[in-house]
Amino acid sequence: MKTLRKADVVIVGGGWTGLLMAKELGTRTALSIVVLERGVPRSTEKYADDMDELDYAIRLRMMQDAAQETVTLRHDARGRALPLRRYASFLPGSGVGGAGEHWNGQCPRNLPDFFELFSRTKEKYGANRLPEDHAVQDWGITYDELEPYYTRMDRLLGLSGKAGNLRGQKVEGGNPFEGRRSEEYPTPPTKQPYFSAMFRDAAKSLGYHPYPVPAATTSQAYTNPDGISRPACVYCGYCERFGCMIGAKAQPTNVLLPVIEKKKNVAIRKGAWVRRIAHDGAGRESRVLGVTYIDAAGNEIFQPAEIVFLASWTLNNTRLLLLSGIGEPYDPGTGKGALGRNLTHQVSFAAATAFFEKPLNRFMGSGASGMLMSDFDGDNFDHSQLGFLRGGLLEARNTGAHPIGEFGEVPQRVGARWGSRWKKAAVEYFDRTGRIVVSGEHLAYKGNYMDLDPTYKDRHGDALLRLTLNWRENERKMAEFLTKKAVEIARAMGATEVNAFPGLRNYDARRYQSTHVQGGTILGSSPESSVVNTYGQHWQAANLFVLGASLFPTAGGANPTPTILALTYRTADAVAESYVKRPGPLL
Amino acid sequence: MRGKMAWENRVLVPSAAMRRRHFLTLSCATLGGVLVYSLDRKVSLLRPDEKNKDKMLRIPLRFFDEAESLLVAAAVSRIFPSDDGGPGAKEAGVIIYIDRQLAGPYGSDRYRYTQSPFEDAPPEFGYQGKATPREIYREGLKALRGFDHLSADDQDAALEKIETSVFFSLLRQHTIEGMFCDPIHGGNADMVGWQLIGFPGPRLNNYDEIEKYYGQVFRPKPASLREVSGHSVEAGEDEK
Repeated sequence: MKTLRKADVVIVGGGWTGLLMAKELGTRTALSIVVLERGVPRSTEKYADDMDELDYAIRLRMMQDAAQETVTLRHDARGRALPLRRYASFLPGSGVGGAGEHWNGQCPRNLPDFFELFSRTKEKYGANRLPEDHAVQDWGITYDELEPYYTRMDRLLGLSGKAGNLRGQKVEGGNPFEGRRSEEYPTPPTKQPYFSAMFRDAAKSLGYHPYPVPAATTSQAYTNPDGISRPACVYCGYCERFGCMIGAKAQPTNVLLPVIEKKKNVAIRKGAWVRRIAHDGAGRESRVLGVTYIDAAGNEIFQPAEIVFLASWTLNNTRLLLLSGIGEPYDPGTGKGALGRNLTHQVSFAAATAFFEKPLNRFMGSGASGMLMSDFDGDNFDHSQLGFLRGGLLEARNTGAHPIGEFGEVPQRVGARWGSRWKKAAVEYFDRTGRIVVSGEHLAYKGNYMDLDPTYKDRHGDALLRLTLNWRENERKMAEFLTKKAVEIARAMGATEVNAFPGLRNYDARRYQSTHVQGGTILGSSPESSVVNTYGQHWQAANLFVLGASLFPTAGGANPTPTILALTYRTADAVAESYVKRPGPLL
Repeated sequence: MRGKMAWENRVLVPSAAMRRRHFLTLSCATLGGVLVYSLDRKVSLLRPDEKNKDKMLRIPLRFFDEAESLLVAAAVSRIFPSDDGGPGAKEAGVIIYIDRQLAGPYGSDRYRYTQSPFEDAPPEFGYQGKATPREIYREGLKALRGFDHLSADDQDAALEKIETSVFFSLLRQHTIEGMFCDPIHGGNADMVGWQLIGFPGPRLNNYDEIEKYYGQVFRPKPASLREVSGHSVEAGEDEK
């Protein structure tokens, strides 16, 4: 093994969080920084050649390669876990920029009460309303504390939208349920596809409060505080699973990389597959020493460092700590240990597939052009007479309908999946189908967690991560309730026929839901019930920080990226302003 | 391209040159216009115009032998028939698409996790079998022997018998892919699939149109990725 010269900072992972940390520390400090990214280099300039549905959206060219590493899944601790032989229900990104290159850019903030889920629920409904095996706990940080960092994130990405709560004042046309915002969005809302406009009008007519999706697919040319300029979105419909060909969608490679590349103190190494975080022992006052990785040529390398940031997405953050023996693995039997607990996956599904008489021209759109409504999210509606807690966002977007993925769903009455009758209906409805999608909260449960798989290995012989994950009655009832609401709106939109979501049964690894898998290295107020403090700093190793949605103790209805980036900003401030002067626990 | 690192233990399949070469012979009039690769992989577009109408195309096969290709072509034509509702799998060249996919990295499961043990599992765990798409086709085609000589009704009855098999679900999925993929992949010949459903292909700019055509049909003429980008783009199945 080759040992390199010590770096001040090593960042594992070159996606949103890793590159944001590299930019912040690289520009604000003189620290030497090495980013290790196991995928390939990427750049916005090449993305125009990638507008090929088959290779990118179906064969998943930008995603992690399951042949090299995947995860195993079982529904409960008694079951035998099997590998996800292809990724499908969530799609981890790979390469510089990570999943931030091929995301949709939908950017709502989490609701204020989401951060105090346990205490607010207990206060309003009593603690016994939480499911018996729940593992819900407060974050240890509030929305108001995060708000300034959310605002910085909005400006970094140039988010397009309409405030609904501006410094405590309700504003017509925005989300009336959102937390107090200190500033209006940097750019106005995006244009609206026809389907979304119909949703808006129908939802309003039913007394709901639709608002434009807060969008990282910016509505007009925008220059951010770092001087990075991006053009307006042109609604080509190639966001999800594609890089943006003109850079209108905020991506790590267009808002962070150009700043980083100008800094001599930051280096990004591609093809670097980190296998372990080295540390000086398993005691309570441990220190990490650096990381070992396999480089692109296959050599084993040790990169010593003063500070290590783990920024390699939810699953790999958790897995690297487990493989490295840092922190006590969670034991669902005794409830001891925090590493791996609170695995969640946002409850996402097409609640109502609506068929219309009029064409929707749905090839036009962007990942985040459309409408949302929060009337049934969080605790925005009364749950005292309902059999479940919390809820989700209802969404009507046009992300750009591509024919391989979208062709073939027909009204249930057609009753055929191939042949002339199916073809006729599928052709007729291809551009007359719209989906109202739910993004719902997923509570944390004692029985949903991650550990190392005893059987299956990755390409280097390291144990795969094992997910023990299934839905509970709360999610099933919530999904049923939200499905009814979505069908009601679809009818009000003038749909002639509606296919309703059949309901959540067991967790289904075949159905794409979202890439919002969360938990495993959760933040919190105490080392007994969390892995890191609210700065993402490891409780046992003060020079190790974890970034990303692995910090989330529960999954919200809102997409996680804004909250992830807000938390990353907060950590960057604490490291740049306090930690580098006085290394040690920040809390 | 994905960040591929050499997989030392990957099994190499015999290259096309090592196998006896097979051709699929099609009438030019049946295809909507097709990108034809000659033996040295030079590409040319043949359109079904008057001049070519009676011309027979000999398309070099990369994976199937000729008899297999006729079975698959007949089966996908029942899944997506050519009828009074418009062109189908035959005109789009779905068989050419499938042949190329199976010959490429997808067909050999280059990007699927294939470490053992393989176990039976409920469907929600996804396909857990050991067989690659190539092997599933070779095995599945055994049940379709003589299929291309049956009447349409008998063909449908034969497909109904295998409707719940993994093979059939691949056939159906690949038919949709071959109908609607970018023509660089060998299917959707002359963009007949896109024309059928009004999909314009990778259209670069809809800024002025997105809010203009509410409730009205807006159908720009389809253009392929090659036409839009102005240069050739490597298809995943050609990845070495």
